[in-house]
This record gives sequence, C-alpha cells and structure tokens, in this order.
Amino acid sequence: MAPTPRQLRKGLRAGIWTTLALGILGLFLSPFLFMVFTSLKTPEQIWLIGAPIWPAAPAYFEYEGRQLEVFTVPLPDGTTADLAILRKGRQESVFVDPHNLEAGEIVWQGSWRALDRPWQFSPTWSNYADVWRLIDFPQILRNTTFYAIMSEIGVLISCTLVAFGFSRFRFPGRDALFILMISTIFLPATVTLIPTYTFFTKINWVGTWLPLIVPAFFANAYDVFLLRQYFMTLPRELDESAMIDGAGPLRILWSVILPQSWPAVIAVSVFHIVYAWNDYFGPLIYLSTKQDLLPISVALSRFNGIYGQQPQLIQAGALMALIIPLILFFVAQRFFMQGVVITGVEK
Amino acid sequence: MLGQIRRPRLPSLDALRRLTPLGRREMRWGLIFLSPWLIGFLVFTLIPMIATLVFSVLDLQITHGILNPARFVGSENYQRAFGDTQAAKSLWITVRFGLIALPVGILLPLGLALLMNSANVRGKVFLRAMFYMPFIVPFVAAVFLWGGMLNPETGWINRALVELGVARGDLPQWANDVNWVYPTYVIMGIWGIGNAMLIMLAGLQAVPTELYDAAKVDGAGPMQSFRNVTFPMISPVIFYNVTLSMIGLFQYFLVPLVVNQGTGRPGGATMFYNLYLYKTFFTFQNMSYGATLAWILFLVILAVTLVLFATARFWVFYAGQNR
Repeated sequence: MAPTPRQLRKGLRAGIWTTLALGILGLFLSPFLFMVFTSLKTPEQIWLIGAPIWPAAPAYFEYEGRQLEVFTVPLPDGTTADLAILRKGRQESVFVDPHNLEAGEIVWQGSWRALDRPWQFSPTWSNYADVWRLIDFPQILRNTTFYAIMSEIGVLISCTLVAFGFSRFRFPGRDALFILMISTIFLPATVTLIPTYTFFTKINWVGTWLPLIVPAFFANAYDVFLLRQYFMTLPRELDESAMIDGAGPLRILWSVILPQSWPAVIAVSVFHIVYAWNDYFGPLIYLSTKQDLLPISVALSRFNGIYGQQPQLIQAGALMALIIPLILFFVAQRFFMQGVVITGVEK
Repeated sequence: MLGQIRRPRLPSLDALRRLTPLGRREMRWGLIFLSPWLIGFLVFTLIPMIATLVFSVLDLQITHGILNPARFVGSENYQRAFGDTQAAKSLWITVRFGLIALPVGILLPLGLALLMNSANVRGKVFLRAMFYMPFIVPFVAAVFLWGGMLNPETGWINRALVELGVARGDLPQWANDVNWVYPTYVIMGIWGIGNAMLIMLAGLQAVPTELYDAAKVDGAGPMQSFRNVTFPMISPVIFYNVTLSMIGLFQYFLVPLVVNQGTGRPGGATMFYNLYLYKTFFTFQNMSYGATLAWILFLVILAVTLVLFATARFWVFYAGQNR
C-alpha cells in the first residue's frame, strides 16, 4: 500500500531532522578523525600543501630501477588513467602505464605540472610504537591503573557505608548533615587547596600516591548521593526480615542491600575509574617531582612540552590516553548515563 | 540535586534527650556509618577552609625552601590584594571569559537536548550516547585534539575556513591570538557539555505530555509552548547547571595552564584569577597571599551564588513543591 501524503510528510520531516542531528554529530566528533588521521602521518605528510586530510602519500611506480612519479592523465578518449612519468617535458611528456607495460611509452601533450597526482593511503603505524617507547607507556599505564584501582576501593567502601547510613537510619540531625554534604558540591575547591597541600607537605606525603588515594576513603558527595538515592528505592521489608533473623547492620548492607544495588555500584565504579584516569590537577601538584609515578594525563602534557612540534606523536599519545576510558564507556554506557541523570535531575 | 538544598532543620537538644534506647541505638549506628564522610568533611573541607582564613591574616612564606615562622599581620594581605592590579585584572579576565563560556555551556547542551527530544529525530539512543561520549575523554587529550584542530597551519578548522571561502589571508591564530584565545578555550571545552545535555534531556523527557496537549488546546504555538511549558518545567535543571558552571568558571585555569603553559600568553590575556593564585602559591610559595586570594575568590563566588539563588524565585519553577 502506498504511503499517504501525511505519512510521506512525516517521513520527510524525520529524514531532515535526523540528517541535521547526524551532521552536527559529525562535526562534534570530527576531532577523533583528525586524531586518528594525524597519528598515522609522517611529519612531511602533515605539512604537505594540497595533500588530502587522510594519511596520503603520492604514488610512485618502480620502472627499470627508477622511482617514477604517478599522475592522473586525461586521455584522448575522454577517460583518465594513472600513468607513471618517464620523461618530463614542457610541451609534452612521456609516460608508461604501470598496468599495461606492453603498451610501451605513451607520449602526452600538455604540461605535466597541471596534472593531479593520485594519492595512496599510506599510514605510518610506527608513531604508536614511538610514543609507546618515548613516554614509557607500560610504566604510565601501571601508574594510572594503580591510582584508579586504589582510589576506587576507597570510594566504593566509604560511599556505600555513608549512603547506607543516610538511607536506613533515622535520627535527629541526619537531614541537616545530608544537606551539608550536598552543599559541598558547590564549595569551590580552591578555598581548601592551600592548607591541604601544606598539610600533605608537612607530613611528607607530597611525591607519593597517598594524597590522591587516602582522601578517596572518606566518601564524596556525588557518589554518596547516587548510591543513597538508589538505596532509598529498595523496599525496607527485606532489611526488616533480615533484622528479625538477627542480622546486624553490616550484614544487612552486605547481603541484602548490595546484591540489589549493582546498577548503582557499577555506575559509581565507572564514574570513579574515568575520573581517576582523567584527573590532571591532583597528580600534577602531588606527583610532578616524581617522574616514575606520573599517570597518563600529566605524562601526556609533559610529552607535549617536549614533542609539541610533532603533531603525529601528540595525537598518537592522545589516542593511547583516551582509548581505555572510551572502551569502559562503551561497555558500561547504560549505567553511566543513568547515573548522570540520577545526580542531575533527582530532587 | 539542588532541590535537596534548603534551610536545614537543626535537631533540638530536646529531641536528642527524648530518644528511646532503640532510637539511641539507631543514631549510634547511623553515625558510625556516616563517620567516613564526617571525618573526611572535617579533615579535608572544614579545617582547611578555616585554615585558609587563618593563613590570610598571617605572613607565611617559603623562602629558599624554608618555611619562615608565621607572623600575624591582620588585614595587610587584604590591603595588598585590593591594591593588586594583577589580581583585579585577572578577576576581570575570569569574569569576561565566563560571560562568553557560560551561555555557550548552557545553550548548546539545551539546544542539543531539545533536538534529541524532538519527535522528528530517529535513533535517539544512539545520538544521546554519541553526544555524551566525548565527556569521558581525558581533559588533557581533549585539549590536544581540539588544539590540533585549531592549529593555524595544519588544523582542520582553518582549512575548512579557507575551503568554504570564509577566510583567506589573515586566518585566526587561535590560541596565540589575543582576539581569538577565549573562543579557542570555549571550543576546547565543548566536549564537556555531555553531562549538562543528558541532565537537560532527562528534564525534558520528564515534562508531562498533557501539559503540551493543554497548551495546544489553548492555541499556543511552538514558541509559546516552549516559553510557558518547557522552560518553566526544566528551569530547576537549568538552574542547577548554571550554578555549577558559574562556580567552575570562577575557578577556571587548567586549560590556560596546559595550552599556554600558564604564562598568561598571549599578551597576559589568559592570566585567569585562579592561575594567578596557583602561581602565587606554587611558584612564588607565598602561602598567606595565596590563601588571601583564595578566600576573596570564595567570597566572590558565595556572593554571586547567593544573588543567583535570590533570582531563582523569579524564574525557577518547582512543580507542586515536590520536596
């Protein structure tokens, strides 16, 4: 059955709007393509004028021991062919056809300088290996993973306990404390920076992991909020029947609450891993004197300080820095986005 | 999350005295579970905040790697700050940049959220995930990606400007150009909108469709329906994002630190207030003056936040006071 005009109009409108959205998305994500292309180029390819945006090299053809440049030549019959130039001339040039050597020398009238060169896809994979070696990537990966995992343990333990406290116990002053905790999200971090840093210097923690990992064991408002909102949705009947069976609060948290809360726990886990992976300022101030402890973000900005004039290395390094958070995002995408919505919209 | 903040009802001593043994037990357990946060709040928030204030009335500096004995100087640091032309200039730079970045940081995610909420767009789940995705890219990597895109010679943006015929000879020098450095930073921050977009989209999806139907019955067009239905309904979400963005923008300095090495180049245009504070503390090791600058920034942010909260009465709509 043919679609009615109404359906057609609707389909057309959907087509236009969806195309618009995809177009914006393309522009929005174009730096990823820039990164991949640039990371596969040689420095010459980056600076070559008139070259395509992808890693391209002009084509050559080896003929009787010589490297001949290949050009796209218009032929008398109206077609074009990629031919290798044998002798360059002002008025006419001599070519050979790489695919049909039997045809022999082809004389072509016109200026070869006006001809286009066919570009061949020519990626330089060694940029990644260079960055891997120059930045000591395995070491940096170890450092970043260590920081992420250790602080993750702290966040999960402390935030679960605190969220349980806020969601399952009633006592005077609890709500005031909860409001106080939420308010800390709006507290500018700058106002606590100087004494905190001075304190860590005094106890000789600067230059170690401790200032980055230990505070994670003392809960943070975002993750507590997310977990608490989730715990509040769980029915209390199960806790109560466990309590009648003689289970203590810790037992209830462990065997009743947590097994039902894995979506929120996963959301908090991926949030924190990504946060730690991307953290720049903390490692910058606490670890910058210790070259062998640097995690990826600080190492990458140092790397840029040295190799900033070599975009292909910087882009390869950036790709190596973002690939793990990106994979995590795609694996845990659903939990991630639900978590954002809980912290942002819930009243 | 903002809806949680209201004047707390403080517990009276009486209420504590009236607790039954069972209630007392519940309170004890509750406080035990809250203790990680309570201790953390004291050690990493409250005490440092007070210490910042104390530092600001002392003379406390490190010279030649040695901490000089502290000396009480009263309001000397504040007097210095009020006469400090660089501090004033840096605050002005921060405010000016914020006035460019804040509208972009609100309107762009709002626009995308509206687009994604439209019945005419297909593949929303995919689009939503893809627009959010750059948010998780490490900040340093994102700065280098956009920095590459904006490279005056080899970047795609200038190349596109030439190929579209928008610009010819004098292309923007972006991060090295006094007139273009703020737009450059705004573009570099564009990948941070994913969070705000998701939250606004969720807000839009929560608007009951009956309201739109009712508006239509009353003869409202799309613009009127946006102004009288959509905007009031999502105003709490917008307010939340404006507040958080504003507080973040007052402390903005990591991008200039990475992109222009914290030098203030070009022409001092990127010596943001927090960057100046960072240099005072970490480079010149003047703790008391750094603390003074920090405390002043805190008061400025607090004042602006309070003004923002005061204006909320006029434009933020809490449906049915559902608290």
